[in-house]
Amino acid sequence: MTATAERPAAAAPSAADDLSDRLRRASEYFAIPLLALVVSALLFSAFLLALGRSPVEFFDLMWRGGFGSAFSWQNTLQRAAPLVLTALCVAIPARIGLVIIGGEGALVLGGFAAAVIAVPLLGVAPAPVLLAIMALAAMAMGALWIGLAGALRHSRGVNETISSLLLTYIAIAVMYFFVEGALRDPRSLNKPATVPIGAENMLGTIPGTDIHWGLATGAAAAVLLQVLMSRTTFGFAARITGGNPRAARAQGLPVGTLTIACAMIAGACAGLAGFFEVATVHGSANGSLVAGYGFTGILVSFLARHTPLAVIPVAVLFGGIAAAGGLVQRRMGLPDATVLLLQGFIFVVLLASETLYGRLAWFRGGDRA
Amino acid sequence: MNRAIHLEATGMTKIFGSLAALEDVSIDVPAGSFHALLGENGAGKSTLVKCIMGFYEPTRGTVTVDGRPIHARNPREARAQGIGMVYQHFTLVPSLTGAENMVIGRLDPPAIIDWAKEKKALDAFLDRMPFRVPLDRPVAELAAGEKQKLEILKLIYFDQRFLILDEPTSVLTPDEADEILGLLKGMTKAGDISVLMITHKFREVTAYADDVTVLRRGRLAGAGRVADLSTDAMARMMIGDTTVRERAERDPKPPGAPMLEMVAVYADDDSGQNAVTELDLKVASGEIVGIAGVSGNGQSELVEVLSGQRPLVDGRILVRGQPFEPNRESLARLKIYGLPEEPLRNATVPRMSVAENIAFRSFDRPPIASLGWWLRPGPMRAKARDLIARYRVKTPSTEAPIETLSGGNVQRAVLARELSGDVDVLIVANPCFGLDFASAADIRAQIMEARNRGAAVLLVSEDLDEILELADRVAVMSEGRIAYISPVAQTDRATIGHAMAGHG
Repeated sequence: MTATAERPAAAAPSAADDLSDRLRRASEYFAIPLLALVVSALLFSAFLLALGRSPVEFFDLMWRGGFGSAFSWQNTLQRAAPLVLTALCVAIPARIGLVIIGGEGALVLGGFAAAVIAVPLLGVAPAPVLLAIMALAAMAMGALWIGLAGALRHSRGVNETISSLLLTYIAIAVMYFFVEGALRDPRSLNKPATVPIGAENMLGTIPGTDIHWGLATGAAAAVLLQVLMSRTTFGFAARITGGNPRAARAQGLPVGTLTIACAMIAGACAGLAGFFEVATVHGSANGSLVAGYGFTGILVSFLARHTPLAVIPVAVLFGGIAAAGGLVQRRMGLPDATVLLLQGFIFVVLLASETLYGRLAWFRGGDRA
Repeated sequence: MNRAIHLEATGMTKIFGSLAALEDVSIDVPAGSFHALLGENGAGKSTLVKCIMGFYEPTRGTVTVDGRPIHARNPREARAQGIGMVYQHFTLVPSLTGAENMVIGRLDPPAIIDWAKEKKALDAFLDRMPFRVPLDRPVAELAAGEKQKLEILKLIYFDQRFLILDEPTSVLTPDEADEILGLLKGMTKAGDISVLMITHKFREVTAYADDVTVLRRGRLAGAGRVADLSTDAMARMMIGDTTVRERAERDPKPPGAPMLEMVAVYADDDSGQNAVTELDLKVASGEIVGIAGVSGNGQSELVEVLSGQRPLVDGRILVRGQPFEPNRESLARLKIYGLPEEPLRNATVPRMSVAENIAFRSFDRPPIASLGWWLRPGPMRAKARDLIARYRVKTPSTEAPIETLSGGNVQRAVLARELSGDVDVLIVANPCFGLDFASAADIRAQIMEARNRGAAVLLVSEDLDEILELADRVAVMSEGRIAYISPVAQTDRATIGHAMAGHG
């Protein structure tokens, strides 16, 4: 039944109608994720009550631990930095219709490549040159890794969600293989690692804070990619391809090139996150690179509706949730996994809320008679 | 053997949100009658039968079977009352045989099937039927007409004596359609079944139906005995006071030089089987070549090859003597445009706005793109506003997602995008499928105008009337080849139908 009743012949739409219509539609993308957050908070409260704990105390601690003081803000932003970049690794392919969940693998291998390429250059190249080379190596490695998932998808029809996830396990294994074998720094006794790049080569923090440059870079990347996807012919062609590959082919668009290009951009973002982990936190490639940022990034991108700009605030929110974990553990005696459980609640409710788009009459304006 | 049943629906109303899809419609189908339900797309025909079948809960209204009120809350309950439905598309499991389909489709399939007993029961049943279908072959091997017969046999076997048929002939050749409708007619006359058939083909109504009910915009527009009504009267009931544009004017000048040439074209279908075989066809400038044929004979694969959606396995496609490549540069240089069937699925991104969808052809050229890569939304919207006005697309704004428009307006938006420039080659597939009268006439006129301006038009259509109205030459595709080709003036419906059935 396709009964869309004909409206009386309306005059051609005016520019003012177009603007109000755009605002009304955009508001839907704020309201529904917000609703999903509120619903998951309510569900989580019910869960806490069932455990006999106070939800009020829990959310109060979350607030204080994540956003209550300058100290907690710094902690939050530090955790948000890699999340912005790993979320972009999901958001960009999503625009072309790929569900990539392998950001973790690109991050790990990106960090590994950065640490490894630095070794022969230590003491040869000055710090800025060294860091630039490391960053490029990390991005290239990440681009190759996720680009592989995109290429397999395009040329052989391999499901990119599965392949990117499996590539993550391969990536982690590759990193351990070298870090515990051929490339192990003999001085790393308890925790196998590559040769450290040295304190003098580490990337500093943003002046006056404890926050490293990864956050600023991530935010810049998000803005840049937002512009790329919404205001360039490349982004437009990618959105056509993502929205309807059949229509894209009929328009003569190079579907394969676009698909692989988006996957490579995504991988470069996650690889860059790996670079920042090495260059600001760990100083070398080791098991600490496998910290789950790639997986939390999936959640961030979904909550941001795969919109690069929206990734920034959502990453900060999740940075805050993670930052408050310790406080909740100490004060309420709840296990550390509690915050992961909250993330899980949010993700499930969020996926369920997808079905609400287009169903709520207020956002539709006058399209349906 | 059970007898036909009498079904009456009174005051049927169905309201979706603020839209009344069906308002106070009553219909009476006496036992053993053949009743046609006519109406345009969106007139409420499907809503009415879905309310009867229990897919929808009617807002108001009652249904009685042989005078007893019934209240089907789902299709299972309707089937238990003896009401069965044949859908537009087959619901048989292709990999199973006819017999297996008949057994597993029961309301209460047994946990363990005693095949010997079931086969015996089926054979006994077939002996009482006026027609047979081979039951031991997988359904996938059956022709469309046989599948349709099997659908009908299945319902009767399940003791469904009131058959609702939703456009049952849309997938059949004219001969198959006549055979099946004739059989149904015979069974209603014998008092075995009652039939309610949804259709939009007047020919089928006048030839087979006893009574007709016409719906328009969810309301009853007229009803009566078919014998008392002329086709014109029924058409007026269907479309109301809408003034339909006159048939498109054909410019009498003869076609020009060959524009589009297909030489020994081969293409595969999705499963890798050969679908188009050594196809040769030329379309001249200022000419419409219509391709008729039963669907599934390679027409959609051919259109997809010409639209760049499917790889060319072998052969050559030339436009003005230059090879055609399915990339943007070649499409723009050779001025190849297309109106695919189901435009929402094939030619648009449903969630993108009307303005963006209209820009698919021009987003990478000035004035929308500057420097070749920077997109300027201002000129994009200005162009969209201009085309929306010129092609009378009804949309609340340029920013509405195109999926919120009605079918006719989606097709007009695609038409605006594809026909507003200089067109050398136009590939059209079932352009008016599912559109109302006024939109269909409008779109056919636009296609004719493109021809008159000198475009070479290849029109693939399942609607033979459409081809006979628009085309200069008609070709019939059968098993991936051109089986028959002739100027429209020198052929007739029977010859074409014969070629469609594979007796070319």
